[in-house]
Amino acid sequence: MENIKTQDPKIIAFVCNWCTYTGADLAGTSRLKYQPNIRMIKLPCTGRIDPVFIIKAFEKGADGVLVSGCHPGDCHYNAGNFHARRRWMMFHKLLDYMGIDENRLHFSWVSASEGKKFVDVVNAFTNKVKTQGPFEKYAKINKEFVINE
Amino acid sequence: MQIGYYPGCSQEGTAKEYDKSLREVLKVLDVDPTEINDWSCCGATSAHVTSHKLSLALSARNLALAEKQGLKEIFAPCAACYNRLLTSKNELQEHPEQKYEIETIIEEKINNIPEIYNIVNFFQKIGKDKIAEKKKIDLKNFKAACYYGCLLVRPSGINSDDSEQPNSMEEIVKATGAQTIDWNFKLECCGAAHSIARQDIVVDLSKKILDDAIKHGANVIVVACPMCHSNLDMRQQNIKSKFSDFKEIPVLYLSEILGLALGFDKKQLGIDTHFIEFNLPVRNDVQEVSA
Amino acid sequence: MKIGVFICHCGENIGRTVDCARVSKAAGFFPGVVHSVDYKYMCSDPGQNLIKQAIKDFKLDGVVVGSCSPHMHEKTFRKAVADAGVNPFLCEIANLREHVSWVHEDIDVATDKAIDLIRFAVEKVKRNTPLTTIKVPVTKRTLVIGGGISGIQAALDVANAGYEVVLVEKEPSIGGHMSQLSETFPTLDCSQCILTPRMVEVYQHPKIKLLTYSEVEKVEGFIGNFKVTIRKKARYVDDTKCTGCGDCMQKCPIKKKALSEFDEQLTTRSAIYVPFPQAVPNIPVIDTSVCTYFKTGKCSMCKKVCGRDAIFFEQEDQMLTEEIGAIIMATGYKLYTIDKKPEDSEIKGYGEYGYGKYKDVIDGLQFERIASASGPTSGEFMRPSDGKTPKKIVFIQCVGSRDESKGFSYCSKICCMYTAKHAMLYKHKVHDGEAYVFYMDIRSGGKMYEEFVRRAIEEDGVKYIRGRVSRIYEEDGKYIVKGEDTLAGVPITIDADMVVLATAMVAQPDASKLAQTVGIPYDKYGYFVEVHPKLRPVESSSGGIFLAGACHSPRDIPDSVAMASAAAAKAMVLFGSDMLEREPTIALVNENLCAGCFYCKKVCAYNAIEIKQIKDKQGNLIKEVAFVNSGLCQGCGTCNATCPSKSIELIGYTDEQIYAEISALM
Repeated sequence: MENIKTQDPKIIAFVCNWCTYTGADLAGTSRLKYQPNIRMIKLPCTGRIDPVFIIKAFEKGADGVLVSGCHPGDCHYNAGNFHARRRWMMFHKLLDYMGIDENRLHFSWVSASEGKKFVDVVNAFTNKVKTQGPFEKYAKINKEFVINE
Repeated sequence: MQIGYYPGCSQEGTAKEYDKSLREVLKVLDVDPTEINDWSCCGATSAHVTSHKLSLALSARNLALAEKQGLKEIFAPCAACYNRLLTSKNELQEHPEQKYEIETIIEEKINNIPEIYNIVNFFQKIGKDKIAEKKKIDLKNFKAACYYGCLLVRPSGINSDDSEQPNSMEEIVKATGAQTIDWNFKLECCGAAHSIARQDIVVDLSKKILDDAIKHGANVIVVACPMCHSNLDMRQQNIKSKFSDFKEIPVLYLSEILGLALGFDKKQLGIDTHFIEFNLPVRNDVQEVSA
Repeated sequence: MKIGVFICHCGENIGRTVDCARVSKAAGFFPGVVHSVDYKYMCSDPGQNLIKQAIKDFKLDGVVVGSCSPHMHEKTFRKAVADAGVNPFLCEIANLREHVSWVHEDIDVATDKAIDLIRFAVEKVKRNTPLTTIKVPVTKRTLVIGGGISGIQAALDVANAGYEVVLVEKEPSIGGHMSQLSETFPTLDCSQCILTPRMVEVYQHPKIKLLTYSEVEKVEGFIGNFKVTIRKKARYVDDTKCTGCGDCMQKCPIKKKALSEFDEQLTTRSAIYVPFPQAVPNIPVIDTSVCTYFKTGKCSMCKKVCGRDAIFFEQEDQMLTEEIGAIIMATGYKLYTIDKKPEDSEIKGYGEYGYGKYKDVIDGLQFERIASASGPTSGEFMRPSDGKTPKKIVFIQCVGSRDESKGFSYCSKICCMYTAKHAMLYKHKVHDGEAYVFYMDIRSGGKMYEEFVRRAIEEDGVKYIRGRVSRIYEEDGKYIVKGEDTLAGVPITIDADMVVLATAMVAQPDASKLAQTVGIPYDKYGYFVEVHPKLRPVESSSGGIFLAGACHSPRDIPDSVAMASAAAAKAMVLFGSDMLEREPTIALVNENLCAGCFYCKKVCAYNAIEIKQIKDKQGNLIKEVAFVNSGLCQGCGTCNATCPSKSIELIGYTDEQIYAEISALM
């Protein structure tokens, strides 16, 4: 267990405005506590999420990325999360090629009424990313190939 | 026409005449039934109450053998066999993990399960027109009550006919020129396997069915299941001894009534082996029939 | 850009776990930030003034407020910023309360996170562009589709508020199913007596344009600006001349060929007919499927007897176009018909009840007609087969409802109550009769509903049996009903004279087609779907289209009426302003980059993407590009993520902005 670093991981979350962001608000108003590693980026809908965002997040130093939106069928925009889910299915297959361990990425549905679920998802994912240690592959590539950075 | 034939145990025992008449009829209708080699018990009504896996494995073995023999379609004249084979087929197709387990048990691979027909479906496949074309005698004085019993059109959903208001057998019987009656108890329980241990139950249940058919004007009952036949035919004597006012009514297999229309005599079809004597005039000229 | 950062303590709500002073100090060093302060209550008047003053003093053109959730006070701060002369969309909120101070305990860690969130917001606001809310004019006219009690109520409410209404009904008369009912539970009010005045009110209302025997063909446009095409089917009767005298119906030689829809097939009607005597409008229609003139050209009896020369065989369907601002869907329901084997393979049907083989096995609406004073028996209880008074009636509930294996999974909601009413009405008229009800559960939630059912059981002696019926068959003129009493655990056989099936309420068969025409979602049963089941139950997810009554889900009259009034109120909220304001968060196409693949068009759930042709000066087509209809776009951004060339971007959430936020993580 010694070689597993337990330093604080950096986690970026891409969440939709209507369900998960509001669910996170509910976690707040309910004064539920969760681990503080997560930094949320609010988007109108998971349908807005381009897989490149996720790669970009890893490139910029994230150790884990969480994507969360409305439950299937509950999308504020009718079908945005279905598009997101389909993109996810494709992207998931490419993770290995990208050199990203699938444990560093999590896709979940958290509705506006699921403050507790949001907390559980964040805590579980944070713990999972912790066991993975820091993600340094992309940073190394940056160091090797990018001059003046 | 080529077809795989799964006779089932009754066809070689209590329902020998069903098998006999069926083979005669199929010959006339240009059907060449290929018996499944080394076929075994379908599990009948007892296997699935004992062990679900056993019931699947027994039927699956027969299906696997049929596949091995290159049969794309098989038919099972016995309603219980048909029901078991169809249920197994459905379950093997729906649950791949189940299929894997069963394959291990029967030590056979199952890939393409043949299409399964019951006798009514199969005659539908042959076609009413073909039957009408080969018909030698018009059975217009027959008033047939078609009795489906509990198994022939079930389980609902995976069966082609309506499980509560079936009409497929009537269609076939009408092709012989016979009339069919609308009656209430085409699906009612005949008592089935209680025939041996609880005769009293069978007597009561079968009587209800027979009475209703007679009341609605039937002069013959047509069945497509050896179990139904043995209860409705054999137990009429017991009914009679319990209810003296009971009127007898002959019970024919679907293949037998078709056989009559195709010109076979009672003996050729094995009708003479029934408990209730069949003495309906097939033609106005009675002599020819009793030969 | 000169950015100001304002950190709110929210009393102690943020301040307790976030070191606000440290946050504001750190923010002060972010590139672009020229001013950074913290304050006890930023949302209060002095707090807002603090922001306004800072904008003036430091000539700020970007503002970041670290406070509560943007769902709480984004509007407040945007307004404050706008008051000080800065575009409101150059104000970003960092959520330091719900997402930081309330969910974390360690002050250092929480403060670090707060600083990160402020950095995100600063990076984002740098790339914000000044936007103006989109304003679209509102056509203050409402289209109500369906003229049952829901449609009538919605139309009257909107019209009484002074707005014009177009009421479209596909049948020859308005009134819907409520006009067929005998008496209503739990008060046993005469249904027609309370409904017909409403129907007349609709007919006479100066603000309501009534289009009966008409159907909606096409809906274009968007909230506040719909253009609706309506097909007015040919009645073959000139409604400007007809006085509704009824001579034509009297003389029509066709009397028996057509079954009366209004009497649920229990009686027949003439080829030229009004559905029922109180019909509104009282103008007949010719049923061309049975009319001798339309079949052979031989008869024109109605034309001969009409004193007003109103019969007009050459009439054709008319297409009308209406400018509409809001649409209220009130298309109602149908009863599940058991009289044939359903073709839809999912529903297996009820062969055990005979598929309509037995004349005296009827459904709830047929029973209503028999019980109704205006019905075929004038309210006398007679069975359809031989006209005898039934001495024993069996009612079977949940036929098709709550039945996953053979019918629908949902509860039809009204059957428990109307069955109790049926049994009660029967017992009131046939004192020596016996009424049996087979039920699964008695669901009688509602004001005075449970009391009503108890009354049927206790005062009127209706016998309730908990269990299902497995078979019905005819024997000697009786219907043998075989069922099970699950409470006593015994099989039960009843020789009934008549059986009434409480068949499931189902959506109109063409509801899904209409939903596609109008552009609203529907569920697997064909019922229309609301935006939010709890807080927005009468709005569809398409702006400006509202739902009323049983087209949404099974519901009884008071529920339908309440929903209709709510839908009307929603329409009127829309009409409260002349212009509609919409968030400018919509997609925008870079026409230079767009290659015209139209993947965006395929993924858009709102049909907001159109094909725009770019032509040179001579009018030759150069290329086709995507174009976003700002009235339809809702701003989900799916197109943006889908676009292979990134030539369509969601304003406010552009790739550049999101990358900036991601980069701010470091």
